[in-house]
Amino acid sequence: MSLGQRVSSDHQLARLLQIGVVLEEVVESRAAHHLESLPEDEREAVDDEVRALLVEAAEESADHRERLEALIDDLDAETVAYEEINALVDAQYGPPEDTDGVLYDQLCNEETAYKFYDDLIDAIEASDVEFALERDRLLETLYDIREEEKEGVEEVTEIMEERA
Amino acid sequence: MNTADQYLKAIYLAQRMEEGPASTGTLAELLEVSPASVNEMIGKLEGRGLVEHEKYKGASLTDEGLERAHDALQTYCIIERFLANVLEVEEFRDEARTLESVIDDTVADRLDTIIDRPAECPDCFDPERDCCERLEVCGPAN
Repeated sequence: MSLGQRVSSDHQLARLLQIGVVLEEVVESRAAHHLESLPEDEREAVDDEVRALLVEAAEESADHRERLEALIDDLDAETVAYEEINALVDAQYGPPEDTDGVLYDQLCNEETAYKFYDDLIDAIEASDVEFALERDRLLETLYDIREEEKEGVEEVTEIMEERA
Repeated sequence: MNTADQYLKAIYLAQRMEEGPASTGTLAELLEVSPASVNEMIGKLEGRGLVEHEKYKGASLTDEGLERAHDALQTYCIIERFLANVLEVEEFRDEARTLESVIDDTVADRLDTIIDRPAECPDCFDPERDCCERLEVCGPAN
C-alpha cells in the first residue's frame, strides 16, 4: 500500500494516463449509447441542445484521448483501443430512463473526469521525479483538459437548471 | 482514496485476518509505515468516531468506520479488477497499491461501469491473497 498522493515513476504516470484514456473512452461511448438507447418518443423529444451536448461531449472526449495518447507514446506505453472499451460499455450498459437520466449521467462523466485530472495534476505537482516527457508539456496538457472538463460540468448544469 | 480511508481499509482487513482487533504491528506491515505513524493515525480516527482503540489489544472499527472501510475496499476491488481484466496488468496487486491513493471513489465508480463485479463484492476479497477470490487471475488459495 502506498500512502500519499504522488506520481513516483514513468510507469505509474503511464498507467494513470491510460486510465484517463479509458475514462474518455467511457464518456465517448456512453454519450453515443445514450442517444441510441432512448425510446422512440423520448428520442424525438430530446431537444437540439441536449443532442448537441452529447455530440460535443463525444467529440471532446475523442480529442482528449488523442492528446493523452500523444503523452503516453512518449512514455513507451500503449493504450486500450476504443473498440474494446466500447464493447465493455455495451456489455454492462443500462440505459437511463429518460432525458434527465441522460443529463445526470453526462454530469457524472464530466465531474468524474474533472476530479481525475485534478487529482492527477496534484499528484504530479507533489512529485519531484524527472519523467521521460517534459513536465511543462505534461502539465499544460492536463491543465487544458481539466479546464475543458470544468466547462463541461458548467454546461450540463446550466441545461439541467433550465429544464428544472 | 485518502490516507484515512486507506487506514480504515487496512483495519478492516486486519480485523478479518486476526479475527479480532487489529494490532499496530499488523497495520504497520500492511500499510508499510512505522508503528508510531499507525498509533498517531489511530488516535485521529478514534477522535473522529471511526475507530475504537483498546490498549494492548488493538483497533476495531465503529459502525461508521466499518461502512467507510467497506466503501474503500470496494474502490480498491474495482481498481484491481480494472487493472487485471481491462488493462491486463500482470502485477495488478502491486499496481493497485500504488494507484489507490490517486484514484478517487467517483473515478472508481465510473471504471465500475465497464467491469463485471460480483454482487457480494467486497466480501469476497481475500486479505491473505490481496485480491478478490472470484477474480480469475487471483490464483489458488494457500
